[in-house]
Amino acid sequence: MRRYLVLRALQALGVVAFITTLSFMVVHLAPGDPIGSSLQGPNVTEAIRQHWRAEYGLDRPVSEQYVRWVRLVAHGDLGFSFSQRRPVRDVFADAIPRTLLLSGMALLLSFAFGIAVGVLQAEQPNGSRDRWLGRVLLLLYSVPDFWLALMVLLLFSLRLRLFPPGGLHDAVLYDYMTPPQQLLDSLKHLVLPVLTLTVLSSAVVARHQRGELVSVLSSDWMRTALAKGLSWRAAVRRHAFRNALLPTITIFFANIAVFASGSIFVEKVFSWPGMGYVTVTAVAARDYPLVTAGVLFMSVIVVTGALVADLVMAAADPRIRLR
Amino acid sequence: MTPPLLEIETLHTSFSTEAGIARAVDGVSFQLHAGETLGVVGESGCGKSVTALSILRLVRPPGRIEAGSAIRFEGTNLLALAERDMQHVRGNRIAMVFQEPMTALNPVFTVGDQIAEVARIHAGASRRSAAAKAVEMLALVGIPDPAQRATEYPHQLSGGMRQRVVIAMALVMNPALIIADEPTTALDVTIQAQILELLADLTRRLGTSVLLITHDLGVVAENCSRVIVMYAGEVVEESTTVELFAHAHHPYTEGLLGAMPRVGRGAERLATIPGTVPAPTAWPVGCRFRERCAFAWDRCAKDHPPLYQLGSGHQSRCHLAEEPNRRAHPHTPLAAASGVASA
Repeated sequence: MRRYLVLRALQALGVVAFITTLSFMVVHLAPGDPIGSSLQGPNVTEAIRQHWRAEYGLDRPVSEQYVRWVRLVAHGDLGFSFSQRRPVRDVFADAIPRTLLLSGMALLLSFAFGIAVGVLQAEQPNGSRDRWLGRVLLLLYSVPDFWLALMVLLLFSLRLRLFPPGGLHDAVLYDYMTPPQQLLDSLKHLVLPVLTLTVLSSAVVARHQRGELVSVLSSDWMRTALAKGLSWRAAVRRHAFRNALLPTITIFFANIAVFASGSIFVEKVFSWPGMGYVTVTAVAARDYPLVTAGVLFMSVIVVTGALVADLVMAAADPRIRLR
Repeated sequence: MTPPLLEIETLHTSFSTEAGIARAVDGVSFQLHAGETLGVVGESGCGKSVTALSILRLVRPPGRIEAGSAIRFEGTNLLALAERDMQHVRGNRIAMVFQEPMTALNPVFTVGDQIAEVARIHAGASRRSAAAKAVEMLALVGIPDPAQRATEYPHQLSGGMRQRVVIAMALVMNPALIIADEPTTALDVTIQAQILELLADLTRRLGTSVLLITHDLGVVAENCSRVIVMYAGEVVEESTTVELFAHAHHPYTEGLLGAMPRVGRGAERLATIPGTVPAPTAWPVGCRFRERCAFAWDRCAKDHPPLYQLGSGHQSRCHLAEEPNRRAHPHTPLAAASGVASA
């Protein structure tokens, strides 16, 4: 087990190193640079830009910059964001909790909802309920996230005017609200992005859960459970569910990773300033330190998530535990 | 005479499939008396397992038990019971031992938990007393160190041990009837004998009746007082075991006996029955064994034979009962002559 852990950790480290190196190179090789995109006043001469490039070491070869960046990161310093004019660490300190709030709610809701739908379907495989839910899920499963986000925005915000179109809270009135009103306002702003994310990923979860359950329902021990005198529902809940849940646990943790790094399109469409939004904006501004730190953050989360999923799986399944 | 413990009357269980309606069990009737071990023999697809599942009403859609069937157990028609009352019968009054101990146990629960679950469902036992009951049951079925074994998972036990666990699970509530569906088919030969002996010993001690489903006539000979032979969804012969081995009447039964290896018969090739069972979606008119039978004549193609009474509880679904002299002139069965197995 220890050997396995060490191997997996090394593997994870390698993946993170590879991804960050690649992204560092790609960002630096792309045309434009942070100085060019941020210092653009009519009075700014090329000489001034060159001065700042030299100041930040941006005139150095990419390899030298890379080594310097790795050294900084190793010391826990993520650098300074050009576009936001403050340390990357501070940018993250603001963005991560927002992403966690949005994604956390969507993650929990989509698993609760997706598993429930999967169980509803699996109770009578190929029955009419299963078939209809299956069609709807397939549709949601295939819809691109940015498109659904835009449609949700159009319908609920522009057409029905039920919820605000985006942002963390009301830009003008928030400061004049009482705390309960502020809370309500924040919740209202959460509804649409959470809804979009939940709908999208519960389709994935439900399809998965239904498939696992159905394959498990026809197993012999399910028949044994019924022959013991359990009702069909009790047998599904006690016996089938636990078996079918094991693979779902894996995708739950795999999803934590995806969610923690923020849904880029959904955050962008709803102007939710979380990790996804910040990273995309940083790319547009050629904000090297912010982009590379963002990619580093995401790759660490994804790799850790996968590792945790494996370990949880091992803890939940006695057959894996022993090996 | 006391009423039978289990009485099955014209049981019809069918499955709707793409190819049509498969009449897997097509009018099966038999009785089982208290304390008796009744064997049900037949090859794969003859409807014996579906009969077993029908008794517990565990046939899942697209399968269904058709109207007009009756399964009377301890005087109650199980088919008329509400599902809730049926759950009270399952695992409590009628328990089942399945064929495949590798897969019959849930891999993510300890064997102790799985045995205890029966006591918790039917006796409303507390967690602790159910766990104690599980250990007691494991000891009863001869598992050494039962307290330790109860905390283990199915994959940690051998096949024979697992089947003992399944038997322990079936016996928790001391049921009146145990349905054992090929309980030893998946096991090594040496373990088979042990398991059958255990089952026979325990059920004798507890006075449990057994419906023993098997394709192995040797198992029947050793364990059952009476036998039912099934073919193509029907009972084709019923008699005491002694009578069956001495005077099998139905040509199919004769074929089964001929296909049995016997000690002292030398290295001759075992006899086989040519052809295969017809498709349950289209049972032939007349006798269903006709194409594979060496005695079949024109009447067998027209009249579906009833179960003829041969006296002293011996019945056979063969027109030879009325025209015994035809037995003198066997011919090559249709299925063997045409060289094609009827689908």
